[in-house]
Amino acid sequence: MAHHDHAHDDHAHDEHHGPEKGIMRWIKTTNHKDLGTLYLFFAFTMFFIGGLMSLVIRAELFHPGLQFVDPEFFNQMTTMHALVMIFGGVMPAWVGLANWMVPMMIGCSDLALPRINNWGFWILPFAFAMLLGTLFMEGGAPAGGWTMYPPLVLQTGNAFPFLIFAVHLMGVSSITGAINVAVTILNMRAPGMSLLKMPLFVWTWLITAYLLIAVMPVLAGAVTMLLTDKYFLTSFFTASGGGDPVMFQHIFWFFGHPEVYILILPAFGIVSTIIPTFARKALFGYDSMVYAVASIAFLSFIVWAHHMFTVGMPLAGELFFMFATMLIAVPTGVKVFNWVATMWKGSMTFESPMLFALAFVFLFTIGGFSGLMLAITPVDFQYHDTYFVVAHFHYVLVPGAVFAILAGVYYWIPKWTGRMYSEKWGKIHFWLSAIFINITFFPQHFAGLAGMQRRVPDYAVQFVDWNVWSTIGAFGFFLAQFIFIFNMLACCYGWFGRKQGLPDRVWEGAHGLEWTVPSPAPYHTFEVPPVISDNEVTAAHDSVDALDKHKLS
Amino acid sequence: MADHATPNPDRYFVPAPSAWPFALTVALVAILAGVSGYLEDKHIGPVPIYAGAVLMFYILFRWFRGVALESEGGFYGAQVDRTYRWSMAWFIFSEVMFFGAFFGALYYARHLSLPWLGGEGSKIATNLQLWPGFENAWPTNGPAKLNGDFDTIPAFDVPFVNTLLLLTSGVTLTLAHHALKANKRTATILWMWATVALGCAFLFFQVEEYMHAYGDLNLKMASGIYGSTFFMLTGFHGMHVTLGTLMLLIITLRLMFGHFKPESHFGFEGVAWYWHFVDVVWIGLFIVVYWL
Repeated sequence: MAHHDHAHDDHAHDEHHGPEKGIMRWIKTTNHKDLGTLYLFFAFTMFFIGGLMSLVIRAELFHPGLQFVDPEFFNQMTTMHALVMIFGGVMPAWVGLANWMVPMMIGCSDLALPRINNWGFWILPFAFAMLLGTLFMEGGAPAGGWTMYPPLVLQTGNAFPFLIFAVHLMGVSSITGAINVAVTILNMRAPGMSLLKMPLFVWTWLITAYLLIAVMPVLAGAVTMLLTDKYFLTSFFTASGGGDPVMFQHIFWFFGHPEVYILILPAFGIVSTIIPTFARKALFGYDSMVYAVASIAFLSFIVWAHHMFTVGMPLAGELFFMFATMLIAVPTGVKVFNWVATMWKGSMTFESPMLFALAFVFLFTIGGFSGLMLAITPVDFQYHDTYFVVAHFHYVLVPGAVFAILAGVYYWIPKWTGRMYSEKWGKIHFWLSAIFINITFFPQHFAGLAGMQRRVPDYAVQFVDWNVWSTIGAFGFFLAQFIFIFNMLACCYGWFGRKQGLPDRVWEGAHGLEWTVPSPAPYHTFEVPPVISDNEVTAAHDSVDALDKHKLS
Repeated sequence: MADHATPNPDRYFVPAPSAWPFALTVALVAILAGVSGYLEDKHIGPVPIYAGAVLMFYILFRWFRGVALESEGGFYGAQVDRTYRWSMAWFIFSEVMFFGAFFGALYYARHLSLPWLGGEGSKIATNLQLWPGFENAWPTNGPAKLNGDFDTIPAFDVPFVNTLLLLTSGVTLTLAHHALKANKRTATILWMWATVALGCAFLFFQVEEYMHAYGDLNLKMASGIYGSTFFMLTGFHGMHVTLGTLMLLIITLRLMFGHFKPESHFGFEGVAWYWHFVDVVWIGLFIVVYWL
């Protein structure tokens, strides 16, 4: 294979730096693979911390009445769990995967702005040190919910400025990371990698980056107004001064709704990459996938107030936001249809990445359907702030976003480390995760429909059964993740006698430039842009010509 | 950059490992922790703020100096140039959205929350029960008349002069750009100094105006929603003008050190983009904050 050699042929320019030694390697690194690794380790650390917080919540809710923690601490846990999982877990995990994969997928040597990339990462540990440090302060951590609605959030104790500045720092990190990825994609594609030939993960990340750059500054503006309302006597969110607490909700959700697509669009990209590989077919409807993602991104800007149906909006507002929200089901339906059609008559195998991707399609769609139910204004009056909402967004975030992250790590860890993970333990991890996550969140639909309020440490005895199941599921899911952690660390460090020596194309059905470089991928890849063959292009090997060539070969 | 002895314009420039970004984060967090302590009256003193600020300026100086030297050393090919163009454009877009949040707050207050407080439409009970007697008006400090009566700054007074100053600075900056492209360096530097002077004049008048507002008009941040939006929008704009003037000054000094070429000077153009952006925000401010 001629296109294969470019990665090996050019090592004449030896002046380039390898990694430094010791801790300074990680502090000073500008290498996209090092930073991708740092981002992923950070994200999984945060998943662990946020997971512990969720266990505090679930332990308290195992039984009605108060048993383990006082209500104030319970509220701190719900607030911090959300902030840690969203800004510390899922978002850094996506940036980490983008760091690793985008340059290798589009055939460039690194991200466009390597030093800014380092800055974007190293902000995060400091930001979360500030945020988590508030747990030990007078008045405790923020407890008004991750949405920081005034006037409640203004009652936060000493933690308040730390919360605001931590959010600012996370915003800076996200914006720099997003600018970096967007510019890399727009400016550094190898010759011949036109926009509509890019892998879907690259496309979804480009649109994610656009959303991030558009809405993170709006969040920064919103929390800045909170800060001045608390300390500098402004009255943006105070009716007595002519402001309105509801205005915060509008500004926050103008950020918040695109934010939920920021959390899920890269997952679409990963699933669109993995399903064709293990169905051994080209992705069905590449172009429509791209247009669907772009439509979802556009619609995400005009649906925000569906988070606020019960706040007392004018009727015209309720109707507009209901219908606009329902429109999102159309492009999302296109995507789910395309994933299913990709598998139609494929010769499928069910390795761990594929299992997680399949579970994603099925379970994310459940989360999508409950989202449609919530979009209907009159019934949302019943569902609002109940466990039905909790069930809905956890279905799209855990078996949605988190499963896609797990799928992506399983899929690419052989490329990153040169070692294959244990398929047996991968499958055990999958089945435990899939079963326990449903035990955790499916009963919450029923509890919510029956009227159980979210963010309350106590509940009526009628909800006991659902909550017992939910708590059992949560502990099971948490424990099952240690299988994953050990399986992946074993690949990183070569435990259990795992040897390197995988082929470049680890999965025989995989297409894409990342599979033309050695496994493990060398520290620098594609310093000279590669020549791109049709076989590696998602869209092109979907065309009739390429399919014919495929059959011949 | 010791590893990168020779520039190779055909290959994308990948910088050597650097400790500046990490150190910059340390400085930033020192400042923010210091400010947090100050806001919560924890009496940890101003040392972290000042130390962090000094460290931050030192790091930024060293970091950007390195970038300028890389640029002048010929390490940046056409592709790196495009990277900076795209990045600056996206960065300015993010700034537009940041200001959008405050412009949105102003719009919401004037066209939604104040009419509702005044009992418009279905909100009649809000007015009768909670804020009886309040009539929607602008400017206002709200139904509770927070901080007492105040006067506003008329648009066609100092703010109009400031508008003219900023628009003129946009012209002088463009003249400097044309002179740079024609390789007339003395003219470039003189037009740049004119631009910096206009930026400083604008800032001088803004500070005067703030002192006038606080001292004579009783217009303060505490003056209800009018004071809130007025000082938030003009304040953040003023900070951006300060930063922009600083950037213009640095570009001017670099020109005097002989940096930039007629055909390659994105450092100059990026700052010019930023300055024009600040200019456009001011036009928006002048219209919706001062005039309407």
